[in-house]
Amino acid sequence: MCATCGCSDDARPKIVNLQNGQSAVLNNQDHHHEHDHEHVHDHNHDHAHEHSHSHKQSTTITLEEKVLAKNDLLAERNRGWFEGANILALNLVSAPGAGKTALLERTIKDLQNELSISVVEGDQATLNDAERIKKTGCPVVQINTGAGCHLDAQMLAVSLKQLDPPRDSVLFIENVGNLVCPALFDLGEKSKVAILSITEGEDKPVKYPHMFRAAEILLLNKMDLLPHLDFDIELCKQYAISVNPKMKIIEISARRGDGLEHWYDWIKTQLL
Amino acid sequence: MHELGITQNIVAIVSERAGEQKVTRVKLEIGTLSAIVPDAIRFCFDLCAQGTSLEGAALEIDEIAGRGKCKGCGEEMPLSLLAGICQCGSRDIICVAGQELNIKEMEVL
Repeated sequence: MCATCGCSDDARPKIVNLQNGQSAVLNNQDHHHEHDHEHVHDHNHDHAHEHSHSHKQSTTITLEEKVLAKNDLLAERNRGWFEGANILALNLVSAPGAGKTALLERTIKDLQNELSISVVEGDQATLNDAERIKKTGCPVVQINTGAGCHLDAQMLAVSLKQLDPPRDSVLFIENVGNLVCPALFDLGEKSKVAILSITEGEDKPVKYPHMFRAAEILLLNKMDLLPHLDFDIELCKQYAISVNPKMKIIEISARRGDGLEHWYDWIKTQLL
Repeated sequence: MHELGITQNIVAIVSERAGEQKVTRVKLEIGTLSAIVPDAIRFCFDLCAQGTSLEGAALEIDEIAGRGKCKGCGEEMPLSLLAGICQCGSRDIICVAGQELNIKEMEVL
């Protein structure tokens, strides 16, 4: 393990292709400290002139650089690649346990005869979600982010090489369950799809406004549990609209199937 | 929680631009609506700078207040959250300031 920041092989993003079992550890190019840096500097040349070391002037250099510029650039490359291949890429974001994987399982089952679908799964650890998707027969690649709390555009670019999704298809990217960080990192998707389960609080949209503002559509999941809960649907919708006036909201139950036809209709309108 | 990765990005960008030079000061611009916590960046900065040309460099952060503009009536207003409501009743407000996450300048020796 690195003593500088605590990074280790386990903490680095790893990509596993469930089709052939191949895996690759992603070398984070943003991570610039060198680990084995023991070359010797030979400074024995003679100086023929005198240096004055007491008058070193500091210089201010204007940078005006966006910190996330590199991610944004890679995301635009992904976006261009999706457009060229006519692939609809949707980035599914939610808190852990909102039902992203269950929704994907059901969506794949219901649409796989009509649409060509592939999936990129993101989690800090385990292949559990990718194994679930694999059972549906759908091509899937798992990204384990290690220490990371979100997917970034580089991780997606590498997994696309593994997954090689076909032309004219739909790619679902299941982001790491987290309502904060994935909002900041563009992957190159066409839209973010936010999922909020009604076992969470109604005020999630105002507690995590970045995410709900970045998403184009909100799926209120687990509607089958409504009779057992005190969840105020209208209040939740008001909160969502207050942070994102253009947000489309659909009530669904991935488990029982309620409302899914509206979700499928929305996907098909995005394909046009 | 994403500040560690973001600080690594900042250190990588600055050390690339500095080349062989020693960096003595870095100035950032962080918007209050950027979902980045300046204190968390400060906490990570010294750690990430170790062993790079930024080691020991001072970190300055300019915080930029949030401002919104109503798409309905064109009025500008302060924004403390990403969303708000205009005096004209419209909620269609775009954020014109406060989402910055930029490296403004560096001082090198």
